[in-house]
Parts: sequence; structure tokens; C-alpha cells
Amino acid sequence: MIRLVGILIGLGFTFVVLLAFVTGAYTWSTEEVAETAESVFHETAHGPEAGYSFDGPFGTWDLAQLQRGYQVYKEVCSACHSLNYVAIRDLEQLGYSEDQVKAEAASFQVPGINPDTGEDTMRPALPTDYFPSPYPNSVAAAAANNNAIPPDLSLMTKARHHGSDYVYSLLTGYQEVPAQLREEFPDATPAPGLYYNPYFANLNLAMAPPLTADGQVTYADGTEATISQMAQDVAAFLTWTAEPQLIKRKQTGWPVLGFLLFATILAWLAKKQIWAGAKRRKD
Amino acid sequence: MSFPWAKEYTPKHPVMRFFDEKLPLPRFVYNAVGAGYPVPRNLSYFWNFGVLAGFFLMLQIVTGVVLAMHYAANTEVAFGTVEHIMRDVNWGWLMRYTHANGASFFFVVVYIHIFRGLFYASYKPPREMIWLLGVTIFLLMMATAFMGYVLPWGQMSFWGAQVITGLFEAIPVVGPPLKTWLLGGFAPDNAALNRFFSLHFLLPFVILGAVILHIWALHIPGSSNPTGVEVKSESDTLPFHPYYTAKDGFGLGVALLVFFTFVFFLPNALGHPDNYIEANPLSTPAHIVPEWYFYPFYAILRAFTFDFILPAKLWGVLAMFSAILVWFFLPWLDKSPVRSGHYRPLFRKFFWFGLIPVMAVLFYCGGAPAEEPYVMISQIATAYYFLHFLVILPIVSSIERPDPLPFSITEAVLGSDDEAAAGDAAPTAA
Ligand code: HEC
Ligand code: HEM
Repeated sequence: MIRLVGILIGLGFTFVVLLAFVTGAYTWSTEEVAETAESVFHETAHGPEAGYSFDGPFGTWDLAQLQRGYQVYKEVCSACHSLNYVAIRDLEQLGYSEDQVKAEAASFQVPGINPDTGEDTMRPALPTDYFPSPYPNSVAAAAANNNAIPPDLSLMTKARHHGSDYVYSLLTGYQEVPAQLREEFPDATPAPGLYYNPYFANLNLAMAPPLTADGQVTYADGTEATISQMAQDVAAFLTWTAEPQLIKRKQTGWPVLGFLLFATILAWLAKKQIWAGAKRRKD
Repeated sequence: MSFPWAKEYTPKHPVMRFFDEKLPLPRFVYNAVGAGYPVPRNLSYFWNFGVLAGFFLMLQIVTGVVLAMHYAANTEVAFGTVEHIMRDVNWGWLMRYTHANGASFFFVVVYIHIFRGLFYASYKPPREMIWLLGVTIFLLMMATAFMGYVLPWGQMSFWGAQVITGLFEAIPVVGPPLKTWLLGGFAPDNAALNRFFSLHFLLPFVILGAVILHIWALHIPGSSNPTGVEVKSESDTLPFHPYYTAKDGFGLGVALLVFFTFVFFLPNALGHPDNYIEANPLSTPAHIVPEWYFYPFYAILRAFTFDFILPAKLWGVLAMFSAILVWFFLPWLDKSPVRSGHYRPLFRKFFWFGLIPVMAVLFYCGGAPAEEPYVMISQIATAYYFLHFLVILPIVSSIERPDPLPFSITEAVLGSDDEAAAGDAAPTAA
């Protein structure tokens, strides 16, 4: 009985799903699948040619690069993008001294309270403060940016596939709109206030190219600030903001795996020895 | 409860004797996983996965309790407290990555455990109750994992919750109010997040209870084995300790090597980048997908695209739940007198060339966007899935002629079994 009911239910589901298949297949074979501009022009992100120092299981931070990247963030990106989850004190991890971090903190103004009157004021930030946002709220952010809100950058490299490569590609990937796109997909050409970038998911984004000229920042360490250099430095910096424990994590991993390997080999030898007798054991 | 030749616990040390009289916990352990529990001598490494599942359950409970000390279930701050754990809590990142990847590995291990049961037909008498409890555990795991994924309140948390709870709306009449009642609102919000946290904390302990019953039920007939022939005499078994403690210890080592490679070097490989974007009810992600371990069932859900009497969405929901519920009925759908797939030539072909590839396809399509050709492929795979369990299995198991079985486990291992064949075999335990 239960098998009979089972067979009927099984055939029922099969019938309905195959009906769906037949109708789906019919539509699929009769309707032309229209190509979209995204499917033709979207490009996969790639990192700088030499890769990053933090790549691979043995990677490490290049502190000089992170400091340069921080400089790019501060001088360029911070005009529009917040860094909500990063505290100013975290900069010590980039190799700045305590005093340098204090001085750096003091260069930012954060909302505070006047200790005498209790009125809202601005005060210089302390290392324990978080990086201040460029806009008081998301409405102000959207209003200043053609209705697009510049996303918080703290986690950006983890919030996109191959995030470090993505940020680099996005910053270096702005192009003229290809003639082919203008011809074949006139609807996909950027509306006013949007910019064409084949690395962005729908090709047109509201961020004007932020890195436009070599030498836009003057690096303290004398590195030549080409666009590609600034892009990879800020991508490295954002990799750090997204995962400050990245290198510690990998460095912790090796001894853990080493210990486990050792323990597993011991366990294997113990197992072999214990089972040696059992192969013939008949009692 | 065990075989008559099981060794008796005889404490020598006075402290242990004291314990044994007042609270025989050591005796319990000895009989459960010690020298007092005889186990078939021929278990393969596929029998390691039960213990591994138990390990990952404990790991989830330990890391979860620590995470709960630093997490706050409030939509305003939940995402931020997770980042606080990642950045400021000592070893918080290790706790979180262990917990997140631990869930994935728990499912890997349990999927292997379940498919071991399917191949060796471990669900057949006398082990039906073990199997029923197992499927119940699996359902509880799915509920727990789903609610856990909502807690970080990222984009996939929010939209996953939106889609899954939206399934209730497919139920006629009571569906929409039921959904509102479950969520405590019309969409996932603070009320939903709070109750999901509460339940996510509770359910693992319910699972633990179900696991205890599962293992209790297992200890009545004892484990099956790769031949599917029941234990006949003492020579068919070995004491759990030291034989299987050693084998399980080695298996655990290998599992942890793979697991910690993910935790330390690929911690986000099994996750979705969108969940590092804070939940935003106004911005729908391009592709909403659940966690990878739900993909096969998600593919089945989306395979139903045609309104046949009932709306397609309702068919999808019914099929998705039925896909798991059919497992409950396997002990009665499979008529074969033989358990192990090794001795069932036709059954084995359908298992390796039907069910396994179809599961692989469903896994793949569940993660792919809901576009052609993935939908058509999932439709064919879904059709086979139901045919396999509900039509092929009952028919094949009643018509197929199984290969000859070995006389006993001992014969299968050693080539002969004088002791049991001589007729003076110890009575078979029931
Ligand atoms: C003039 C303001 C402005 C500046 C300066 C700026 N951005 Fe943006 N950025 C935006 C806006 C607006 C968006 C949202 C674009 C959209 O969604 O169309 C955005 C989006 C982004 C994105 C996300 C793209 C995606 O996939 O959603 C990244 C990454 C980014 N910016 C990085 C940077 C970096 C790095 C800098 C500094 C070098 C920078 N931005 C400087 C305004 C700015
Ligand atoms: C929390 C999850 C689970 C834990 C901790 C667990 C634990 C165990 C353990 C320790 C064993 C004995 C060792 C072994 O045979 O591997 C076992 C056996 C078994 N389990 Fe599970 N299990 C879990 C989930 C499941 C699920 C989801 C199913 C099926 C849907 C299942 C079905 C079975 C069956 C049929 C057996 C007996 C196998 C045999 O004797 O051949 N278990 N389980």
C-alpha cells in the first residue's frame, strides 16, 4: 500500500515537473534569447600584474604600500566614502607610531559636546574614535552624488568577488563607451552623471573616475604615483580594512596544520598497530 | 541491548568502584564507546562520519556559545557586532570563521553519512528508528542553519529570510497570515531577528537530544556493516575501544586537516560576498541564493515553473519538502531482502549512475541563476530524484535478484568462518 501511494506521488511530481520542462523548453527554443550589454561587455576583474604581497598562503602585508594606500584613501576617496568599521587607533597596525596616530587623529573633526554648555560641537578626533563619515546621513550622501550613495569601504574587498582585484580593476577600468555598444545597445549607454566602466556589474556607475592623473597624490616615500600605483595601493589598503587579521590568520594556520598533521600521523600509526592483530584475530 | 559476549565493566580502582555503585557513568561510557561495545570488524571509513558529525555538533555549540557572548540580535547593530567580533574580540575572527565553516563541514559530513545509509540501506529493519531520528536531525539542522545565516544581518541574510519565509505564502488561505505570524511582521525585521536568534541558540541542544536518541537506538541492533550481513558470532566483532576509537581518531585528524585549511586559508570560499554588505530592504541583490548546502532543495523548489491545477510556487514548496520527507519512508519503500549495495547489482547502478550524478546536478543548478538552461536541467534532475526514490527503488528492490551474500562478516573478512559454520555459533543478538 505505502509503495503504491509512493509510486503515485512520485509519478505525480514527475509529471508536473516534466510539464514545466516541456513548456520551458518550448519557450526557450522558440524565443530568441536577447544578448544584453552586460553579457557582451562585462569584464572579469584582475589585479596588478605583479600581484599583491598578501596573496597566497605565505603572503605578508607590505606596510609601506598600506601607508600609501591610506594616503590615497584620505586624500581622495574619503571625500565621498566612509570607513565605518575602522578605528583611527587601528592605523598603528600599518606601522605608524602611537604619537603619529594621535596626530593623525587630531586632523579629523568628529561630532562632540561642548563640556560647558552641552551644545553639539565638533572636536578633534582621538585615536579611539572611528573614521568620520563624509556625509551626515545617507540622504545627504545621495543628494551630493546624483542619487547614488557611495558605499562604506571598510568591507568592500570582501563584499565583491575577488575584491582586491575588483577595486583595482574598477579604479583603472574607466573607458570611453565602445562604439559597438553605442550601436548595438543604445539603451545601455551611460545616462548623464554615469560613467562607463566594464568592470562594474551593470557597466555604468555613478562614481566619477576618482583617480584621473599621475601624481594626483604626492607619496611621502617618494614612490611614483601613477594611476595604477595609486589604485593598487588603495586596493591593498582596503584589503587590510576589510580583514585586518588576514596575515595573522594565515600565520596562525601553519602551526595549527603542522600540529594536526603530526597528530594525524601518530593517530594513523596507532590505528595501524592496534589493527595489526585484528586482521587475523578470530577469538 | 548488546551482544552476549560484550565485556563486562569491572572497575578495579576503589574510586571507580565507588562511582560505579553511586552513579555508573563510567560503566555507561564503557558500554557505549568502550571495550564493552562489540562492533562489526569490517566497518569501512564510511562509518567514521557519524562520530565526525557528533564532533562538528559539539564544535558548533562551543563556538556558538562564545559568539553569542559578543553578538547582539538587533537590526541596528547586529552587522556591527559581527564586525566587532572579527576585529576587536580576541580570537573572535577564529571563533566566527570556525563557526561559519563548521556549519558547512557539519553538512558535508552529514551528507556523506546519509548517502552511506542510502547505499548500504542502513535504514532497513532493524534500524528504522535510527534512520527516522536521523532524518529528523537533518531537518532540525536545516532549520538551525537557516536561522543562523540570518543573524549577521547581511544582504543574503535578509533576502534569504525574505525568500524562504515567503514560501509560506504559497500555502492557500493560511499562508500569508502564517508568514506574518512567524516573522512577527510583514517582512524580516527586528522581531524576526530576535526570535531567530533565540531559536538558533535553542535548536542545537534539541539536535543534541535527538542525537542521543539516535545513538541509543543504534546501540540496540548495533551498527550495520558494508556486507549488510548481521553479526552472527563473536568473531564478527571487535570491541569499540581500542579498535574504533583509534580509527575514529585518525579519521578526525584527516577531517580537521581539511577543515582548518578552509578556516585559516579559505574562510570565505563557501560563503557569499553579498553577506558582507549590511542588510538593505530597499536594494535586492541580483541573485538571491541560500547557503550551498541547501542548493539541491532550492533547485527542486525552482524547478516547478508551470501552474498545473495548483500554482507553480505551491508545487515547488510541496516538492521541496517532499524531497526530504521521502527519506522517512525508505525503510518501507525498499523491499530488498538484502541491505548492502555491494550485493545489489541493479540498485547499485541506479545509485551510482542515477542518484549521485543527479544530486551533483541539483547542487550545481541550485547555486546557478534561475535562467535557462539551468532550470531545464534541474527539471530533468528533479524528475529523476522523485522517480528514484518513489518508483525505481520500490520496483527494483522487489524484482532484482541479489548476488550471493557471504555467510558471515568473518567469512567476508577472512575467507572462511569455521566457528560459526560449525553450528556452535553464539546466539544472534536481536
Ligand atoms: C566624488 C565622490 C567619490 C569619490 C571621490 C570616490 N567615490 Fe567611489 N563611489 C562613489 C559613488 C557615488 C559610488 C556609487 C556608484 C554606483 O553605485 O553607481 C561609488 C562606488 C564605489 C565602489 C563600489 C562599486 C560597486 O561595485 O558597487 C568602490 C569600490 C569605490 N567607489 C571605490 C572608491 C575608491 C577606492 C575611491 C578613492 C580612490 C573612491 N571610490 C572615490 C563616489 C565616489
Ligand atoms: C547531528 C547529526 C548526526 C550525528 C551526530 C550522528 C551520529 C551517528 C553515529 C555516531 C553513528 C554510528 C557511526 C556510524 O555509523 O557512522 C550513526 C549511525 C547512523 N546514522 Fe547518524 N548521525 C547524525 C545524523 C544522521 C542523519 C541526518 C541520518 C539520516 C538521515 C543518520 C542516519 C544514521 C544511520 C542509518 C546509522 C546506522 C548506520 C549503520 O549502522 O549502518 N544520521 N549516527
